[in-house]
Amino acid sequence: MNKKGKSVVSYNKWGYIFLIPFIVVFIIFQLIPLISTIKNSFYINYRDGLEIIGPKWTGLGNYGKIFSEGLFLKDLKNTMIMWIMGFIPQIVISLLFAAWFSDPSLRLKGQRFFKTVIYLPNLIMASAFSMLFFTLFSTVGPVNDIMKGFQLLIGKISDPNEYVAYDFLAHTGSVRTLVALMNCLMWFGNTTILLLAGMMGIDTSLLEAAEVDGATANQIFWRITLPILRPILIYVLVTSLIGGLQMFDVPQILTKGSGQPQETSMTLIMRLNKHLYSKNYGMGGALSVILFFITGVLSFIVFKFSGNQDKYGKK
Amino acid sequence: MKKRLLALSMAMIMSVGALAACGEEGGSAAPTEAPADNGGDTEEKKEEAAPTEEKKLDETAEVVDVAEETEGKVLNIYCWNEEFKSRLTDHYPGYEEVDATHGKIGDIDVVWTITPSDDNGYQNKLDEDLLKQADAAADDKIDLFLVEADYALKYVDTDYTLPVNELGIDPIAELSTQYKYTQDVMTSSDGKLKGVSWQGCPGVLIYNREAATAVLGADDHDTVQAAVKDWATYKETAAQMKDAGYYMTATVNDTYRTYSNNVSVPWVSADKKIQIDDNIKAWVDDTKEMYDAGEIKSTAALWSDDWSAGFYPDGKVFCYFGPAWLINFCMAADVDGSIANQGGWGATEGPQGFFWGGTWICAATGTDNKATVADIMRKLTVDKDIMIDIVKQDDDFVNNQPAMEEMAASDYTSAVFGGQNPLGMFAAGAKNISLDKISAYDQGCNEEFQNAMKDYFDGNGSYDDALEKFYNSITAKYPALSR
Repeated sequence: MNKKGKSVVSYNKWGYIFLIPFIVVFIIFQLIPLISTIKNSFYINYRDGLEIIGPKWTGLGNYGKIFSEGLFLKDLKNTMIMWIMGFIPQIVISLLFAAWFSDPSLRLKGQRFFKTVIYLPNLIMASAFSMLFFTLFSTVGPVNDIMKGFQLLIGKISDPNEYVAYDFLAHTGSVRTLVALMNCLMWFGNTTILLLAGMMGIDTSLLEAAEVDGATANQIFWRITLPILRPILIYVLVTSLIGGLQMFDVPQILTKGSGQPQETSMTLIMRLNKHLYSKNYGMGGALSVILFFITGVLSFIVFKFSGNQDKYGKK
Repeated sequence: MKKRLLALSMAMIMSVGALAACGEEGGSAAPTEAPADNGGDTEEKKEEAAPTEEKKLDETAEVVDVAEETEGKVLNIYCWNEEFKSRLTDHYPGYEEVDATHGKIGDIDVVWTITPSDDNGYQNKLDEDLLKQADAAADDKIDLFLVEADYALKYVDTDYTLPVNELGIDPIAELSTQYKYTQDVMTSSDGKLKGVSWQGCPGVLIYNREAATAVLGADDHDTVQAAVKDWATYKETAAQMKDAGYYMTATVNDTYRTYSNNVSVPWVSADKKIQIDDNIKAWVDDTKEMYDAGEIKSTAALWSDDWSAGFYPDGKVFCYFGPAWLINFCMAADVDGSIANQGGWGATEGPQGFFWGGTWICAATGTDNKATVADIMRKLTVDKDIMIDIVKQDDDFVNNQPAMEEMAASDYTSAVFGGQNPLGMFAAGAKNISLDKISAYDQGCNEEFQNAMKDYFDGNGSYDDALEKFYNSITAKYPALSR
């Protein structure tokens, strides 16, 4: 009895030892910064030129300021609009691709090649990607040149000098569309791979049985594939939502940090970045903490929502 | 369910960690102590002088003799582009270049730390290192750094800059040839001169000779000046230019400095309130009118591709506003086919006098190379022969009143200006520059104001919307300010 207990304990010990690296990294790089961010959010602490103001306790002063300025809700709205604009096409395209790739009856050729290609945009740095779009869509960029050539061709204008360049970065719709397009392009490959993994995991006997019973391809997709895919879909939604809330590099580079026009492409993290210009740790911290709670609440809602269907799960 | 909750909380903590990374610096790097300077004098909070207050050099300041002090082995120079380096390489006797970021003056190694000013990069780097200056090893301390007019005041009234008299330079006796405004800016509220400049930055209107001939009938100075002598005539000329297929300026921001230098109140008042001068508002109104009429090419920012397109004949831009350094350093003079390369620009006073930029050399408190820094200052900002060389070689306008007046009267000609001698114009402009309406926050205010107004010019929202956006960004940038 005694002997047996001992051997169990010594195995446990190894488990803890293997956990140490994670715990250490977690505490140093996640927990301590998290706590200090929350702490900082209660202080006034910034630079005025070379002079350091604070830290001075202000309680919830920074939070009050964020909400009284009225910019927070505006930024949150912008962020969510751009996320939704990017996420809907992204999930539709990914589902379609995943369904095609996983359907053995289609016998697609060169699957491996295409799976690699659609993932490639994600390997480019977001800032480089954004810089590329900035150049492509500038008033003197190639897209405007193509539009000029097209208008010449269809006779809308007769002289290249008549062409008035369309400033993509001066219109709310076009800036948001560009941001959404970039996010969609960068992430649809990743989503496709995830959904594909989910679809491959579906027992083919289910699909065959449905086919034998006379179900059409559409019916199989909507009635069998999608419901089984639900957990993966929810995972994709939650991670994309959290990523979307933290949207920063693409709009930041595209609009040079201004969120133009009229700050309609200004995201929450871009605002956070502005507070760090004067090393305003108080306001920056408060904004981070609010964002933390929003992320938490949103994740919780989605989890709750998915829990309803959990008939067989242990309570 | 329990497992689910556990997974959820793990996921949340992970995501929060990622979020918190942005605020992380706050926790670990927030310095809680005001830095003490080397002398042990630790006045923490100095009342900042009101920007409009008359500043005077303190004539009784003692000039310290530094000849006996031993020199450090490394001279650290902080700046934001290659301009100062090329001045030192070309004109400072005894400077040898080793590689792109290293040089030698006698036994002393010169180490360049060049951080571009984009996105405030230069000041961020400089500020971090200045705050650490007191604790840095002697060879790592910043010895010399450069500042620009827009943010010079941020450094002048601090203990991080060393007065020139402590370097052994007598500002009254030795620096009398310099233009007065270059010293006014760098004079602290207690009357100490904190930096010197080799250049003067009076601005002129730089016009395209080809366009002037085509539209105004001649490209000589008098004809063009008559067509741009005040803002009303300037606008009439703009309409003519438009009819002939030329744009008056490349971007809406070209005329900005001409208005913003002729303000009656500074951007920030003594009690740190933001003030918008009537002349700034006038810039917005005039520019909006001209842009809507199609007389200005784009609403892009300065330094953008749209802006520099006008450096070439195809850009069809009539004029730029700028000081000598713009012409020499920025207008693609060494690129084949550019207007500057063909000597196709002319200079005239324009509707109003203004200045733009200017670089000052400051000694950092704690430097162990006082004699070398002082010598660089003397050679580049006082030595007449060296300064005349700078003018001849680089088309710059230097901070030496007698030398400039002499050259203005001489047969010196500038190649980019097609044989014109613009120095007389610059010299007259430099005498009239007054920098008493600048504040320590000008860089952010100018930048954010131009950014905010772009929306208004583009037709996105009203002037008030744009103004609202300006206030929001400026108070985020400088939390000390209020509206």
